[in-house]
Amino acid sequence: MTLLFELTLTFYFISTILGIVELIKGSSATARGLIIFSSIGFLLHTIHVLFRFFESGYIPVTSMHEAASFFSWSMVFLFFIVEYRYKIGLLGAFVMPLIFIMMLSSSIYPREIKPLSPVLQSYWLGIHTILAFTGDAAFAMACGIGIMYLLQEYFVKKKKLGSLFHRLPSLQILDEINYRLITIGFPLLTLAIITGALWAESAWGSYWQWDPKEVWSLITWLIYALVLHVRLRAGWRGKRAAILSILGFIVVIITFFGVNLLLNSLHGFV
Amino acid sequence: MSIIVIGLNHKTADIELREKLAFSDTRIPEGVQGILNLPEMREIIILSTCNRVELYLYGDSAPETPDKVKLFLSDFHSVELDRLDRSLYTHTGLDAVRHVFRVASSLDSMVLGEPQILGQVKDAYNRALSMKSTGLMLNKLMKKAASVAKRVRTETKIAENAVSISYAAVELAKKIFQDLREEVFMLLGAGEMAELAARHLVNSGVKEIVVSNRTHERGCSLADEFCGRAVKFEDFKHELINTDIIICSTGAPEYVLRLKDMEGVMKERRNKPVFLIDISVPRNIDPKINNLDNVYLYDVDDLQNVVDSNLHERQREAEKADEIIDEEVAVFDKWCQSLDAVPTIIALRKMADKIKKEEMKKLSSKLNGVNEGDMKSIECAVTGIINKLIHPPTVALKESDEDRDLMISALTRLYGLNGKEPVD
Repeated sequence: MTLLFELTLTFYFISTILGIVELIKGSSATARGLIIFSSIGFLLHTIHVLFRFFESGYIPVTSMHEAASFFSWSMVFLFFIVEYRYKIGLLGAFVMPLIFIMMLSSSIYPREIKPLSPVLQSYWLGIHTILAFTGDAAFAMACGIGIMYLLQEYFVKKKKLGSLFHRLPSLQILDEINYRLITIGFPLLTLAIITGALWAESAWGSYWQWDPKEVWSLITWLIYALVLHVRLRAGWRGKRAAILSILGFIVVIITFFGVNLLLNSLHGFV
Repeated sequence: MSIIVIGLNHKTADIELREKLAFSDTRIPEGVQGILNLPEMREIIILSTCNRVELYLYGDSAPETPDKVKLFLSDFHSVELDRLDRSLYTHTGLDAVRHVFRVASSLDSMVLGEPQILGQVKDAYNRALSMKSTGLMLNKLMKKAASVAKRVRTETKIAENAVSISYAAVELAKKIFQDLREEVFMLLGAGEMAELAARHLVNSGVKEIVVSNRTHERGCSLADEFCGRAVKFEDFKHELINTDIIICSTGAPEYVLRLKDMEGVMKERRNKPVFLIDISVPRNIDPKINNLDNVYLYDVDDLQNVVDSNLHERQREAEKADEIIDEEVAVFDKWCQSLDAVPTIIALRKMADKIKKEEMKKLSSKLNGVNEGDMKSIECAVTGIINKLIHPPTVALKESDEDRDLMISALTRLYGLNGKEPVD
């Protein structure tokens, strides 16, 4: 099982390097390599996740190691969907580093499977976490697309039309994908918060306890609600939408790591 | 015998001389026939474009051959030989091969990487084919040239980025908008360069075309030409609310579009991106407009800078292309050398066939009463034996590069193949 994990990590690392090379040199061979290596990595990763699932009997998100690993698994999954749908060759170069770092952080946490406390053993575990992680993964992709948008916007605005300008897609499609991803991520996050509240009620007897994780999730929700609101109401698109989607993902990361590590939370995996 | 290129191009001859030397379509057959009448020449292709006139020849590589061709050209086009001599270049052997590859790959063109030349080379070749003025060597050369040009095009970025202002504008529009067919385009004013840029944009397909000009009649006639809609000049600002791409060249001495106008327009548009191209000098659009979000403004100098840097990029790609061409010339060289073995292979085969015929004759006179079917089987077996014996030396002759000469002479002596047959 450890070997599977290390192999996955290695494949994601190679994909990341290929992505960086592709960004600098722009050869189609590295672009293809990135897809191949990340696909193999994803396959191994899926087996790893399934192994842990069958061994513990519930979805493997109950320790930092498992959660970070599952988070990066969801990101790769969504990356493939976006890549398949829009064929933005360069996207991998922007999101693979994110995925690799998430996987790397997973690797530093203890890996043993601990028994889950009985209050948390519920079907809500699967529903709540899958919703939350898929939503977060959509936000991660929106962040990657947002970075691409800002780069391309900079090139067009400042009239610096180098090789990267030619390889990046049009501003319009980047903006469109960014919006699409947030409209996918937002309802998932909303549902995750609702299912979380229902689960909390059944486990601890209260829907909402102002737990740091809950508060930060609410902040994330408000930010993405704002992104959608200003776009629809005030026509905030393009650059501003891209910046907001990057900010939003930073808050997602704070919610994921910061709260678990720095603040005492019911969501902590202790 | 070798491949020879004799010709001139935009670098070695001025337009006047190029005009004089150009072969019109109707005179090409005459020229081809004239060259083939020279006893030294076996094959010929004439390439005549506005930037170059070149003869691709296969024939005797003696040092005086080019002079005979030049003399013919001087007669044919009534140009003094002296003047011709100064502008004509001659390449023979592998240099000629390299030259043809470079021409077909557009490395020798006035605008590096321009795509027309390959088509012109192919046309010249097809014309030569229809006149049956080519043979083994030039056929191989032209087929190879086409594949080399294709390789250069796919493996380098020599033809990738726009090298004219109007194409640069289209290229930019495609990086702002995903699909130009969904965008509305406005031509503001009727400057010549603006019209050209507009034409390129319209050719790549836009949803709707609006033309606005100070003199409305001119605007209307332009709109008709572009199958668009004319708008009075006073109303054009209102029209901007629905317009995504604007090319502007009005000849007005001051800004016709100011920052404040555009701020209002963007609010109305709910920030839908706008691409403005200001080709007029003095400029007609306030450059500060570029600072607005989702507005992209390019003037002539900006576009010229794009073109310059793209040309620079092409020059760097040309170096990569030359490496590819070196490789391909080496491959061609190898093929030419393998031709040396052809006469020996033919002689060997002829000898074998002769032996077979003689032996079969003897056999059939000895064997009486063998039916035809059996005779056929015997002949098949004999043919099989001969082929199997000849096959290994044939392959060795074709494929060995270093000691081919040695093998040819050894084989000639071992089998007594004296009468070398010419390649045909």
